[in-house]
Amino acid sequence: MSNEEHPTPPAEQTEEAKADISSAAGRLAVKQRAGGMIVPVVTALFAFLIGGLVVLGTGHDPLSAYRDIFNGAGLNWVFHPTTDIANTAAYNLSQTLLQTTTLILCGLAVAFAFRCGMFNIGGQGQYFIGLYVANWLGYSFQGMARLPHVLIAVVGATLAGAAWAGIAGVLKATVGAHEVITTIMLNWIAIWVGEWLFGDGGPLQNAANKTVPISNDVAGSAQLPVFWGQQQLQGLHVGFFVAIAALVVFSLVLNRTTLGYEVRAVGFNPDAAAYGGISVRKNLVRAMAISGAFAGLAGALDMLGYLYHFGQSDIPATQVGFLGIAVALLGRNTAVGVGLASLLFGALLFGTTHGLQSGVSTIDPALASNLTYIIQGLVVLFVGADLLVLSIWGWRKKLRPKHREATA
Amino acid sequence: MAEELVLEMRGIRKEFPGVLANDRVDLDVRRGEVHALLGENGAGKSTLMNILYGLYRPDAGEILLHGKPVSFGSARDAIQAGIGMVHQHFMLIPVMTVAENIVLGVEPRDKLFLDERAAETRVRELSERFGLVVDPTALVSSITVGQEQRVEILKALFRGADILILDEPTAVLTPQEAHELFEIVRSLKADGKSIIFISHKLNEVLEIADRITVLRRGRKIETVPREGATEPSLARAMVGREVLLRVDKPPATPGDVLLSVRDLRVIDERGIPKVRGISFDVRANEIVGIAGVDGNGQSELIEAITGLRRIDGGTIEVAGQPIIPRSPREMLDAGVGHIPEDRQRRGLVLEFSIGENVALHDYAKPPDSKWGWLFPQRMIERARRLIKEFDVRGGGPETRAGGLSGGNQQKVVVAREVDRDPKVLIAAQPTRGLDVGAIEFLHRRLVAERDEGRAILLVSLELDEVLSLSDKVLVIYEGEIAGEHVGEFSEHQIGLEMLGVGKKTEAA
Repeated sequence: MSNEEHPTPPAEQTEEAKADISSAAGRLAVKQRAGGMIVPVVTALFAFLIGGLVVLGTGHDPLSAYRDIFNGAGLNWVFHPTTDIANTAAYNLSQTLLQTTTLILCGLAVAFAFRCGMFNIGGQGQYFIGLYVANWLGYSFQGMARLPHVLIAVVGATLAGAAWAGIAGVLKATVGAHEVITTIMLNWIAIWVGEWLFGDGGPLQNAANKTVPISNDVAGSAQLPVFWGQQQLQGLHVGFFVAIAALVVFSLVLNRTTLGYEVRAVGFNPDAAAYGGISVRKNLVRAMAISGAFAGLAGALDMLGYLYHFGQSDIPATQVGFLGIAVALLGRNTAVGVGLASLLFGALLFGTTHGLQSGVSTIDPALASNLTYIIQGLVVLFVGADLLVLSIWGWRKKLRPKHREATA
Repeated sequence: MAEELVLEMRGIRKEFPGVLANDRVDLDVRRGEVHALLGENGAGKSTLMNILYGLYRPDAGEILLHGKPVSFGSARDAIQAGIGMVHQHFMLIPVMTVAENIVLGVEPRDKLFLDERAAETRVRELSERFGLVVDPTALVSSITVGQEQRVEILKALFRGADILILDEPTAVLTPQEAHELFEIVRSLKADGKSIIFISHKLNEVLEIADRITVLRRGRKIETVPREGATEPSLARAMVGREVLLRVDKPPATPGDVLLSVRDLRVIDERGIPKVRGISFDVRANEIVGIAGVDGNGQSELIEAITGLRRIDGGTIEVAGQPIIPRSPREMLDAGVGHIPEDRQRRGLVLEFSIGENVALHDYAKPPDSKWGWLFPQRMIERARRLIKEFDVRGGGPETRAGGLSGGNQQKVVVAREVDRDPKVLIAAQPTRGLDVGAIEFLHRRLVAERDEGRAILLVSLELDEVLSLSDKVLVIYEGEIAGEHVGEFSEHQIGLEMLGVGKKTEAA
């Protein structure tokens, strides 16, 4: 009796075992893969649908509200494209793309950690750190030539963001502290560091007026060139191309380098990765640091691209790091997805604030800007409830045959 | 034996998307009968029983209980109708006592609270009636696996089961424990209970069953009485072709010592010593098998040798070179290949393609990569070659590993390990969960690798497998070598040593 099978669990349990990825992020990644491109689109549509119901509930017409947002975001530019920035649609679009730039990088910050099985909630803090360091370096080297000055400030801020996120990575790798907890804590530390830096007597407070809790402006030599629009009117700076390039780099690193191979192996199955000879701890720290680098870069580009200065009161008003989470979730942690989701949220961010300023809006200003956050919240909610979306559309069953064939 | 039919399943059909798991399956069970359900993995045994137990609804067909049609919406319905199931994986709560586990959900109450004394008394009565010896007051965490199984059986009986489904009940037992289980089954049968015994072990089916129903690919092939059935006839019905039941293995000609372990000690996460001073050698052209009941330090031993777990003491030499295994990478580079016991948890990244999985150890070296840059095309080419060489079916180099069947997944793992040309190959449960055809392939391959000059350390919970493949057998019990056997193996003696009885052999 040699050729005996060793029993396996019944098919159902095997299926569970296949989905048994050790982290919540990993599990979500697996499930998201199964949904393909359709589910994120459905998720977004659902969010808009329910957002529309909210608008309806306030006694307004959701369709005209969405049209205002569309036009306010400058998306109507595609109907009559022009580079003339005096054109309203062109200006609106440039502003939407400005938001998109930041969102791409904040989204990548979440997505990269996600691919390594971690949930980086700390994009906000890492972004702030990048912002602070870019402001400090951008102001510090007055009179330097533009290229080295910009490079110093950008690289310094990026590394600072990496180091900040790296703290969470080190804590996870050494003592097992969960990255969700530590990155949230690091966000608060970053916020209060900012309050101190720009506050009365703070090291980065402006030199001219010691009663105003605002930083100095970065030197002209550290400011990024604007290629669409005017510098004084918050034109679109070259950082936009940096963000696009970051999408390409993200994709190449993940899919075409040994580093990316390790990140994905650890993200999908840390046990198998360790067995394969990959150091899981090293990858946790490294992936977290790379994530932080994306967020730090976002902070640098914003500071050097159009903000130039930052104050205490700006800190609580800044939410872009958190929006990165929704961007990454909706974008399925892929480069293309993050790019498209960033455009969507960028349009929402600017469209809701600008759609009503143009005077044609019919909706309540307070509701208009909140609509972004309502839709953001709904997207996060629906992405979390992916299976719900799948089963509502009856696709869940269609996802199973792949496995069933395998066990038969 | 009474001819009274207690259960009839007629024309049961169950389709999962893409797979017909049960296709017009009939099954009838008599009162006081042991009815074996025999078939390979994926033959539809579990599906059929899950339908009977109310976990799945059949697409077509009917179930008659004592002649009356029934329809179960949940396991609760099935239990109420007198059906009990003992799963392969026990569902007991370790911190509670045996009696508490048994009465869970149907507790005898003393007003609001559990009446412990009543529970214990009733459990004791039941266990005496059927010869299921187990102490009702013992904590489940303190009893053996064989006893846990008795608790599961008692649980079903306590809920009034007349029809008891035993799903692969001997999988976790030693030969002695299995023998005791058969005694219990016979006493249940004598009491008029009907038992459905799911198995794919031909010998035990022939020992215990009155009638045998064979399933293959979702269809019922035949129902035969035990009288007249033979192992080859059942194997043919199961697989659909003649099967070589024995491993053809020329005698070993052991060469140099390639793996030498001396006084190895390993502790687990909780600081408990799991490997307590083990020494052995594995030579080139030799398969050394480690037999033992699950949880006696096998996993920790393998993890130590492969660098997945820190050692607490002792030495390891690979091909004469002493190594302190600090990381899996170190052992991989030293020439130790490892077929892990859980291919889905450890052996493969299921979300990766076959090509990416084949590169799992060597992705960072040429030809897979250079200066950190990957060459996916080269991985694909290698995967294509190995898929052909190892007859991996069900996908190409770019197919997700998770989409393959268990046997083909294991072939990918073995292909990867063997292709690295390791000096030492550690095979942990290499055929766990595989069907007869895949087992045949893997066993032949292991013997072939032995004859290539590798030193093979085989660790398996399947005693038959250890006995048929090994040139030397070591028995592990509580982290120590309890026996060493070369040449003729006494299954009885090895079984005793696995249980820690008859520790008479040379101390490690």
